[in-house]
Amino acid sequence: MIVTAGIDVGSTYAKAVVLADGQRVLGRAMARTGFKLPEVSRKVFSEACAEARVQESDIRYTVATGFGRNQVPFCDVKVTDLTAAARGCFLLFPNTRTVLDIGGQTMKASRLDDEAKVRSFRLNDKCAAGTGAFIEKTARYMGFDTHEIGPLAATSKNAVPISGVCAVFAESEVINHLSQGCAPADIMHGAIVSLVNRAVQLMKRVRMEPEHTLVGGILRFPTMVEEIRKELGDANVPPGEMVQFMSALGAAVLGYRRAMKLAQAARA
Amino acid sequence: MQKPPPAPPTILGRGNAEGAKLVRRWFEELDATARAGGPSAYVFVMGSFAEVLRCFDLPLVLPEINSIQTAVRHVAHEYLNEAEDYGFSPDICGYVKADVAVQLRRGEHPMGRIPRPALAVLTNACNTYVKWAEIWERMHKTRVFTLDIPGTRAADRKSPPGSSSFENDRRYVEGQIRELIALCEEITGKKFDIDRLRRHLGWSNEMNEAWARILELNRGKPSVFNALTDGTIYLGVSNALRATEEGARYFRELAEELALKRAQGIGTVTEEKYRLIFVGVPCYPIFRRFNELFTEWGGSFVCSTYLWFASGGANRGFRFDLDRPIESLAEGSLLSVRDAMDSMFLNDRVTEEMIEEFGIDGVVYHPIKSCRTVSTGLADGRRALMERKDVATLFLESDMMDRRVVSEAQMKNRADAFFEGLAARRQREAAAAGG
Repeated sequence: MIVTAGIDVGSTYAKAVVLADGQRVLGRAMARTGFKLPEVSRKVFSEACAEARVQESDIRYTVATGFGRNQVPFCDVKVTDLTAAARGCFLLFPNTRTVLDIGGQTMKASRLDDEAKVRSFRLNDKCAAGTGAFIEKTARYMGFDTHEIGPLAATSKNAVPISGVCAVFAESEVINHLSQGCAPADIMHGAIVSLVNRAVQLMKRVRMEPEHTLVGGILRFPTMVEEIRKELGDANVPPGEMVQFMSALGAAVLGYRRAMKLAQAARA
Repeated sequence: MQKPPPAPPTILGRGNAEGAKLVRRWFEELDATARAGGPSAYVFVMGSFAEVLRCFDLPLVLPEINSIQTAVRHVAHEYLNEAEDYGFSPDICGYVKADVAVQLRRGEHPMGRIPRPALAVLTNACNTYVKWAEIWERMHKTRVFTLDIPGTRAADRKSPPGSSSFENDRRYVEGQIRELIALCEEITGKKFDIDRLRRHLGWSNEMNEAWARILELNRGKPSVFNALTDGTIYLGVSNALRATEEGARYFRELAEELALKRAQGIGTVTEEKYRLIFVGVPCYPIFRRFNELFTEWGGSFVCSTYLWFASGGANRGFRFDLDRPIESLAEGSLLSVRDAMDSMFLNDRVTEEMIEEFGIDGVVYHPIKSCRTVSTGLADGRRALMERKDVATLFLESDMMDRRVVSEAQMKNRADAFFEGLAARRQREAAAAGG
């Protein structure tokens, strides 16, 4: 059995996946990224190894990805989250041709070829407009925690139109709607619709093709997925919390491919 | 013990060292002029008419280069803030705002004091030039002379040399040059000397010829200079010392140095994996780091539209006819400034040509917040290019002056993904060739 690891140090959460033979997830772990990137990457790696019941020394190859990939001191190689997410999506949904990844501070759309190679990609603007930070701040201004976003939006009857997606101006937008008597659930729903519109626009820019696969922490909210499916017709969504681990998973897959190549080279 | 013999002199690296020295000396001379209260002529990179101005001993100030210097020396924010405190919007061109602050500080600048303008000479190549000069007019009562260079800004609709419409355009420019000469005589009290103009045009001829040769040398692999970093030094000298004997010598020697590098196969990066075009204006607030985002992956900028438009079209290698200097200056200016405009507004065409000539792997577009003139058409140009060519492209947005809108982490992520895509493309091509 060849065991590899993928570490995704994102702007909000750091994730690790331990994978057997490039296919079977043995363990995974997640923690708030915080400010000490080398430490948090080591922490999630150790926890994922513990869950997988493997020694860290059993890991044949480790690939780091995400914004903090350059701060993972023990990795063998680094790749961007675009490349990693593509591999992760291909493992679970081999017909994926377009990936939408919405994280804490970035929104990424990429179009893939039939070998999971990124053909075209677009990222959101330099600010946090239209990313998870916008949704989180909108919830926070109304007194809700991140884990309450999903249930809150699910009770909405009518989404309130939200004109902007600026994480900084979200507060004034929320106050304005609350002062007009709008329900927090409808405001939350409106914020999600606003985000979806931006996401679909980004996907159009890469000339999206089906199948579409949605990944990233924000996709764990069912309302978000429903709204995107309304726009796209259909979209793959990894099960449960796996939606947040797709880049780490893809990094572990890339690690497996690399380990196999090295093994072949050694045999030759 | 005997001393080892001195190492043989090498001309390698001379161009960059000498270029930096010449630009420093130019600023020292401007400082001396300012302290003596002498006059100067403010001119721009897209058509400076240096040949005429030098006939009247007017020291040339290039405000665009002054502003760039504040950015590469990491003090641009001080100047931008000062102009914004004065009332300019954050959206206004960063070059303009840094210059406004220099004027408000009575010429104080990191490279020395900048003299006040007695005259400003500009063309219509950039619409901001016109509004910029109006500021000096209001501040210092500067005489402003705007040359209207006919250009359709539409592909395939320019008057071709030899046609009657071209001759009309040329005569129109010639008339304006004669008016400029009269104005210079009035401002300086000096009589125009046509033989002196011939000498200056002769030096510009040498510079133009060498510039075209230098750009051509990068067609071979590996590239002998980096169009972004080295190229910007060359551009500085080309603008500051245009129409001078020293400028002509510098470019002659630079061509010689780069030809030697070409002959010996000496490149700019250890291993040139990817040959790139840069489209737009550089990211001066993180000038070196921006380049490293590419060189770290073995990427090298072998050519750029910047080396075309910011040299005022000198890339054409136009040769002035010294027997009919004013007529020929009009012709050369018409062709060169028009060409400079085309390299901005019709960037897809220019880039398409470069892809073939330079063996390009990828095109990097750098639209900037504070320059609509250069940036507005880049997205459209990119789309047009990609419809005609199967080439990898990257779009990085930041600014040429304002570090508040330069996000290095975001740019690095995009650049890394771009190179991963290039590597995948290589693998596919290799597999296709093998199979």
